[in-house]
Amino acid sequence: MANVFYISAAVALVSTMLVIVQRNVVHALLYLILSLLSVAVIFFDIGAPFVAALEIIIYAGAIMVLFVFVIMMLNLGAQSAEEERHWQTWGMWIGPAVLGAVLLADLVYMLAQGPPRGFFGNMGPVGPKQVGIALFGPYLIGVELASLLLLAGLIGAYHLGKPAKMAEAGKNRARERGGE
Amino acid sequence: MNETLKYLLIVFGVLGVMMSIAAGLIWVERRLLGLWQDRYGPNRVGPMGVLQPLADVIKILAKEDWVPPFADKPVFMLAPAIIVITVLLSFAVVPFTPGIAVANLNIGLLYFLAMSSLGVYSVALGGWSSGNKYALIGALRASAQMISYEVFMGLSIMGVVMLSGSFNLHEIVEAQKRLWFIVPQFLGFVVFFIAGVAETHRLPFDLPEAESELVAGFHSEYSGMKFGLFFVGEYLGITLISMLITTLFFGGWLGPVLPPVVWFFIKTFFFIGFFILLRAALPRPRYDQLIRTGWKLMLPLALLNIVVTGGVILAAR
Repeated sequence: MANVFYISAAVALVSTMLVIVQRNVVHALLYLILSLLSVAVIFFDIGAPFVAALEIIIYAGAIMVLFVFVIMMLNLGAQSAEEERHWQTWGMWIGPAVLGAVLLADLVYMLAQGPPRGFFGNMGPVGPKQVGIALFGPYLIGVELASLLLLAGLIGAYHLGKPAKMAEAGKNRARERGGE
Repeated sequence: MNETLKYLLIVFGVLGVMMSIAAGLIWVERRLLGLWQDRYGPNRVGPMGVLQPLADVIKILAKEDWVPPFADKPVFMLAPAIIVITVLLSFAVVPFTPGIAVANLNIGLLYFLAMSSLGVYSVALGGWSSGNKYALIGALRASAQMISYEVFMGLSIMGVVMLSGSFNLHEIVEAQKRLWFIVPQFLGFVVFFIAGVAETHRLPFDLPEAESELVAGFHSEYSGMKFGLFFVGEYLGITLISMLITTLFFGGWLGPVLPPVVWFFIKTFFFIGFFILLRAALPRPRYDQLIRTGWKLMLPLALLNIVVTGGVILAAR
């Protein structure tokens, strides 16, 4: 199981790296999907099959599809790839590289402390039932807050979509009046 | 060793059976359409024309495999493979009989939903990478349609999950020993079936590839075996949805006298036939009608189904 973890972690790292480096937007998105899929494999491997499935359904299957959808509509071509080439200078790598190195040092230190607890089957797989009990038991407040936030987003999106229609209807009404 | 051999046999057996069903369906569909439309259909190659798929495959393999110079090459090559891969992977959780299933996952149903949500990429990327406006419009339609119908596809089967108390397809079938879920979950079945037709973009919902307006939709630029893969993917999708309807609502392998696997395939082929009948019988709706029906009719129905089912379960406790 540890091998599966390291292999999928490596895939996740490389593909995430390629997301940043790719100049073509759609190719970058494809690598991001690959990275999400490998994270799902990691979740499955460390005993969280429910989270793994949700990771694919929600992130890879729904959110990223919307990203691809928008990018397809924008129809960015060779021109944007050229712009991207200008933006990606060697200097811009310094900041992320330093931060990444700090994280890497952290990780190496942690691994040197011995095997992490609650990992690689030290506890049984966490099925949908346990996740549900946890979400609607001790973490109920979190769930309610998240649903409030989503509701606010929904109403906001509805509001943003509405005015155009109202204005159009108003214009039509004005035109009708003008015609009379 | 024996166990490993058995698993390998099941895996390759399922793969082989699925591929032959998909190929056979090409002939079955054309013959049935012929029957319903009062004409012959293909009847020249072999007895009753059953070798027609073979002739088709030979033709399609011999065709020029052309990648348009204006296409995004790697994505163009990848797109047709995605649909076949995701659908074939979904067959891993289908329980054919109590003993024959590739994987007995405790999240089987979610796994199916995950794979079907990844299938959207095939049409979206296929249409985008072609660099053709008709293909792009087809791809945009396809992704909007599949995203919307996926939502109620997931919601419609939650009633089944609540009644059986499990995401495991084996346990769902076992829970139907007394009563098939089609009776308490009729609404769920209707929503799931319509969403299934939209997911596979079969005829009443085949707007992504509406010939009369979009040439051939997202696969306009595809030829040879790449087009063939989209085609095979569609038939595999029909088979998968039929098998899931059987498993979720019609008791899977359960049935008297005949062996389980026979019952499973009888039920599956009944629904495949129904898919084909739909194609022969129904006209194509307009695109906005399709999306509006989805969000304004199917979504409330699916939610109502969940609320009522939950209420009844609570009251019965």
